[in-house]
Amino acid sequence: MTGPAASAAVRVLLFARYADVLGADALSLELPLPATLEQVVAAVRALPGGHRLPPHPLCAINLEQRAADTLVQPGDEVALLPPLAGG
Amino acid sequence: MPHLTHAAIDAAALAHRVQSPARGAAVSFLGLVRDHHGGRTVERLDYSAYEPMAETECARIVSEAESRWPVAIALEHRLGRLTIGDVAVAVVAAAPHRAVAFEACRFVIDEVKARVPIWKREHYSDGTVGWVDPTAAGGVVADRPDPP
Repeated sequence: MTGPAASAAVRVLLFARYADVLGADALSLELPLPATLEQVVAAVRALPGGHRLPPHPLCAINLEQRAADTLVQPGDEVALLPPLAGG
Repeated sequence: MPHLTHAAIDAAALAHRVQSPARGAAVSFLGLVRDHHGGRTVERLDYSAYEPMAETECARIVSEAESRWPVAIALEHRLGRLTIGDVAVAVVAAAPHRAVAFEACRFVIDEVKARVPIWKREHYSDGTVGWVDPTAAGGVVADRPDPP
């Protein structure tokens, strides 16, 4: 049983401009879990270059878009998605 | 069939995939690489994607269209380096009659643009680059180094 204050590594994928400004396309962040997507984003924005990310980017957990208040579970794959520009 | 490809899109082959004797109408949409954006001359584009999510979302859009209308949909989006005039995305909607084929084709390309995690970086004739961002003023974001 994992207590509420336990911390875990969260894998965060970055794409396109967000990968450019952070200088990486994947990060492993040590965070107290459970954490919300908003808290994961705040941790990424605190990294060098992270201030260029908006406070509320599109986010996905395990390939599904999720709202900022969604809880991240251990083992989840979090992705921060720049504004979509396909087509 | 995967919806993402790193190779050139063969629109005729895509149409062939959804044609059948019962389908009297096939509507195609091709998205082509344009040579200008916001008054600047574009020389080429790099498309990238969150590939597993983009595949999943494309499949979901196709399945939504096929359950909403009596259509068969073929959809491909190209990734990687493209030059002016290349086909970036192709949709073919085949149906018994044209009204449904037009409607379903329009639905699919609109949903692809709104939902599929794909990004494009434009290379301009002056040597600079910018990320296409439909939410930004001018439609493009170009990062400059932080001042020292």
